[in-house]
Amino acid sequence: MIDRDTWGEIAEVVTRNKLRTVLTGFAVAWGIFMLVVLLGSGTGLAEGIEYQFRDDAINSIWVSAGQTSLPYQGLQPGRQVRLTNDDYDQVVTRVPGVEHSSARFWIFGNQQVTYGSETGSFTIRAVHPGHQILERTQVIAGRYLNPLDLAEHRKVAVIGTVVADALFGKAAAIGEEIKINGIAFRVIGVFDDEGSEREREFIYLPISTAQRTFDGRNRIAQILYTTGDADLARSQAMAGRTTEILATNHGFDPEDPRALFVNNNVENFQRFASMMKAIRAFVWVVGVGTLIAGVVGVSNIMLVAVRERTREIGVRKAVGATPASIVSLVLLESVLITTVAGYLGLIAGVGVLEGLGAVLPAEAEFFRNPHVDLRVAVAATLLLIFAGTVAGFFPARRAAAVRPVEALRDE
Amino acid sequence: MIRLRNVHKSYRMGDNLLHVLRGIDLDIAAGELVSIMGASGSGKSTLMNVIGLLDRLDEGSYELDGVDMTGLTETRAARYRGQLIGFVFQSFHLIPFKTAVENVALPLYYQGVARRERNRLAGEYLEKVGLADRAGHLPRELSGGQQQRVAIARALVTRPKVLLADEPTGALDSVTSREVMAVLQGIQGEGVAVVIITHEHDIAEMTDRLVHLVDGRITEDRATARGGAVGEAALAGSGG
Repeated sequence: MIDRDTWGEIAEVVTRNKLRTVLTGFAVAWGIFMLVVLLGSGTGLAEGIEYQFRDDAINSIWVSAGQTSLPYQGLQPGRQVRLTNDDYDQVVTRVPGVEHSSARFWIFGNQQVTYGSETGSFTIRAVHPGHQILERTQVIAGRYLNPLDLAEHRKVAVIGTVVADALFGKAAAIGEEIKINGIAFRVIGVFDDEGSEREREFIYLPISTAQRTFDGRNRIAQILYTTGDADLARSQAMAGRTTEILATNHGFDPEDPRALFVNNNVENFQRFASMMKAIRAFVWVVGVGTLIAGVVGVSNIMLVAVRERTREIGVRKAVGATPASIVSLVLLESVLITTVAGYLGLIAGVGVLEGLGAVLPAEAEFFRNPHVDLRVAVAATLLLIFAGTVAGFFPARRAAAVRPVEALRDE
Repeated sequence: MIRLRNVHKSYRMGDNLLHVLRGIDLDIAAGELVSIMGASGSGKSTLMNVIGLLDRLDEGSYELDGVDMTGLTETRAARYRGQLIGFVFQSFHLIPFKTAVENVALPLYYQGVARRERNRLAGEYLEKVGLADRAGHLPRELSGGQQQRVAIARALVTRPKVLLADEPTGALDSVTSREVMAVLQGIQGEGVAVVIITHEHDIAEMTDRLVHLVDGRITEDRATARGGAVGEAALAGSGG
């Protein structure tokens, strides 16, 4: 029964009362527009937060030492905790679930680095090979540090792009010898990093070489490792186990908040993720609420329209229209208005988001790339058709109940 | 064609039960032109609604074209209405935003007739009522008489067995009334039973047979002067 003629009948009615159709549609268009813009902004916010985490592996735990603040087994507070290679080995082997790991050894201050006549001042990070994954370092030439470099205490270095530019300019850096505080290291790789500019000013050395060369003995400043696909609870258990091991090794209260700084990125990210979930839920509630207001508007106006058309519906019934055909007439009109108007709202919303994305500065930190994905668009479209059906339902039922006898009675 | 036996119909008006039809027995044969007269409230409109399947009867039996019409669902009633019955109303009831030809084609649309065929038939019937040149006009661009002729074409386009006209000339002047009546008389020749509700005697006299309703009962059922021999024959034919 729904064919070209049916649509023709509906098109006739819709175009006959243009202003009313436009106003009715506007409410729905506005509803879906708000929904899309809100959802897109939510996505932008989420992407901004993810951007904050772009520098380091999200599933990582970072541990650095501090000063005890609680007395423990007769020991006074205020003792400095010094992490060692032994701590690192124990954490890596005894904490279950550690995936990639690295320690960090700091050489204080910037170091004088020279190549031929070029010279610059850069920061040294002495690390294990696993550091590449933890820091999301992207090697763009040569290679990263490997276990053999550490085992043999090789004097090799992986330098950031900023370092490479300063010392080598356009020339190839791989295989060249640079001097750090007068000690020669061979460049084996050049890296890039998505993090800040500063990340590209580092020089990575094998931790064993650095400790020996720069008088570090067995000291380390940080222990970091990834947790694989551990969920929040497991990552917290891992962090707890790490604290226990180090507390035993160094004799401090595991509850001491200042002896050890444990930064669980899983936890941080989870916190943001659940916040995002809440924001998203809120956005749906507000957006759908706006949409419902639009749908109620459509329903209302359709009711008025049906009342206005009572006589016409009576005539249609008198000449043989079945109740079903009357219902489909009203229902389809409602679906048509909501879908077309909603679709325009959808397009307008996507347009606004695209425009916003285009004018946002590329380095915007907290709001990035607002957009709605295809799934949301499809969901919104289905929602619209459903909304149109709901909006048309009551008016359609009223239309079907029109009694020709009363509708056609001459006053 | 139409066969009513002991038909009762009441309406509830607040707390009161309004007994409108109180046992109607009526036979109308194919090709008859019948007028139903009565004061307002006598039940003539209700009778027409019952015959036109726009309203159900409470009691009694109704056969149309040999088929029992009691206890129909709304959908089936709509189907029969489309196939067997044509309506003409006092205030024409053309759909205001449709042209003359579209109005005439509407019943065919509800019967699922293809667009091309629909428009051809509608054009043909407009020509029959002498309005071929007004096919593309909207109702408001037509005179009352022309609108009523369009309505008649719409009622006839499905080739119904019965044409029900409720005060078809009520809104027209006497000259136009006569024109419309002439069209209705013409239909009679095609074997359609035409039932006209009216309260004007001169209109009733233009039909073959006059049925008089008083308080929901038939008090008079006679051939008119015009009816004469034709009416007698028709009455005889409707007996069985």
